[in-house]
Amino acid sequence: MSNGHDIQKTPTANSALAKARTSRMSTSSTTLFLAILAAVLIVLPFVASDYWIDVCVFWGINALLSLSLNIILGEVGLFNMGHSAFYAIGAYTTAILSQRFGINLWILMVLSGLTAALAGYILTAPIMHLRGDYLLVVTIGLNEMIRITLINNPFGLTGGPNGLLVLDQFRIFGKVIQTPRDFYVLVWACVAVLLFSLFRLQRSRIGRAWNYVREDPVAAESTGVDTRWAKALAFTIGAGIAGATGTIYAAKMMVISPDSFTFAASVMLFAIVILGGTGSIPGVILASGAMLVLPEVLRDFARYRMLFFGLAMVLMMIFRPQGLWPSTRWTTKMRESGGK
Amino acid sequence: MVFFLNQMINGLTVGAVYALVALGYTMVYGVMRLINFAHGEFFMIGSYLGYTTLVMVLADSGLPLWLMLLIATAASTVGVAILGVSVEQVAYRPLRKSGRLAAVVSALGVSQFLQNAAMLVWGARYQAYPPWSAPEATWRVASVNISFMQVLIMAVSLLLMVGLYMFVQRTTAGTAIRATAIDHDTARLMGINVDHVIRLIFIIGPALGAIAGVLLGLYYRQIHFSVGWSYGLKAFTAAILGGIGNIPGAMLGGLLLGILEMLGAGYISAAWKDVMVFLILILLLIFRPTGLLGERVAEKV
Repeated sequence: MSNGHDIQKTPTANSALAKARTSRMSTSSTTLFLAILAAVLIVLPFVASDYWIDVCVFWGINALLSLSLNIILGEVGLFNMGHSAFYAIGAYTTAILSQRFGINLWILMVLSGLTAALAGYILTAPIMHLRGDYLLVVTIGLNEMIRITLINNPFGLTGGPNGLLVLDQFRIFGKVIQTPRDFYVLVWACVAVLLFSLFRLQRSRIGRAWNYVREDPVAAESTGVDTRWAKALAFTIGAGIAGATGTIYAAKMMVISPDSFTFAASVMLFAIVILGGTGSIPGVILASGAMLVLPEVLRDFARYRMLFFGLAMVLMMIFRPQGLWPSTRWTTKMRESGGK
Repeated sequence: MVFFLNQMINGLTVGAVYALVALGYTMVYGVMRLINFAHGEFFMIGSYLGYTTLVMVLADSGLPLWLMLLIATAASTVGVAILGVSVEQVAYRPLRKSGRLAAVVSALGVSQFLQNAAMLVWGARYQAYPPWSAPEATWRVASVNISFMQVLIMAVSLLLMVGLYMFVQRTTAGTAIRATAIDHDTARLMGINVDHVIRLIFIIGPALGAIAGVLLGLYYRQIHFSVGWSYGLKAFTAAILGGIGNIPGAMLGGLLLGILEMLGAGYISAAWKDVMVFLILILLLIFRPTGLLGERVAEKV
């Protein structure tokens, strides 16, 4: 059965040219955003209570995860609904190796990142060619399979439903990273490093290839972009960053359990990227903050959080599919088609 | 052998429920090329509506049990059908001209919304169908146990499936559905009101889901707001197994998946049965994306 209403649009020849023309404009707004964000984050430790600092630590962790998903979902447009699986792999790698061999957490951060990246590569290699909505279903399946595996405690490795303890802490020159403020600095330093790399990546050959694959895989392939390679790279890098974030999470929480890596957690990350604006770094950072800060401000709102995000996903698709803070490509398109 | 037969009967029972839910997925997919992620939620809300009607409205009415169950099922079916049509109107219709992925995200949003709405309305804890609501009778045929509920579930689903098949194959409305599934524009040129067909699909699919929900609630007694998601995912696997977009395929896929799941749980390990189901889904999509009787799903790049 085939019908005509889902034929892909052909790419407009001048879109690349238009992108080059308009990208400078929206770069300045991104710079402004980052400057304000940096200013707020630097001032915050001097004025905010430990409680709010803690909220911001989780904002940072969420931002790291969302940015890593943004590579897969935003830059390449691969519908990955199982991102917390990679996060789980990272966190559990850290917990197991730390518990059994007492390896330093800094080394584990690298190891966990690599393990998750490898898992991302191997697990997604056979399914990458699937069409968007099918990929989504399969990644949901992967997420559930990994979560159930963690619960079932294979070879006594994962501690079953209760999870594992992580008693080691990060140390820098003898200083132990323990308090909310320490973690605040650690997490946001990681975000800064990641942001720097992501901006470089966005502007590189790889970044452009990714966007090309997202917009039109057939055209990309025909102009010499290896779409398979581009997708695999996105999954590997995205999963790796999520895995490394898992180490920070494990050190912060000191106990990890399968409950932290449910499908609902993946939905939340997915919603953050879609609502923030797929492929838009400022949008994703803002949305990941809103996801955590709003429920804290509006206590009564916390119960309705997922209700609200479900509704927001529907409304956004209808009224503002480009997200709250559209990425450059979107603004370009909008301007080109006369503000439509 | 007795154990095997018992597992087969358990499998056919669960499979019949999967098949009813899978029909909703497959019909929406056939006509709109949309994976309706909210479909599992229709099933879950159907189960809750049946429960509420039984417990709140009918408990002290003094009516005979079969009439109470019939009224509860009817109420739940009507309620969920109205919900289905409204969801289509609000969340899918405005997106029919946008890309298919926008509709998928919208469907996910609806799913999250309904799941959390159900949690707020009926609470996060398990609710139980009252003990008097499901007849306990169990028969022993050649040392194999068959309960009344199992027979009921299999009979009702068989009836509904045959009815649906006849409806789609033999009636004018059914012909319109099949024509729309092949090509919207051509169907429109032939004087078919595509909007009406889609609305009809969103009445039939959720209604079948609601009946499945009530049956499952009576069978397992316990209901929870998350069952929509887990059963939805399995029913979706069943739809893929049979070949998505294909009505007999969904029936076959549902029964097959139910049997595979129960045999896996019985002979391999109950703790790993969900992993096996997802593994089947992934392997299918990799090696035989057309399912047993269906269309291609992989990107042709």
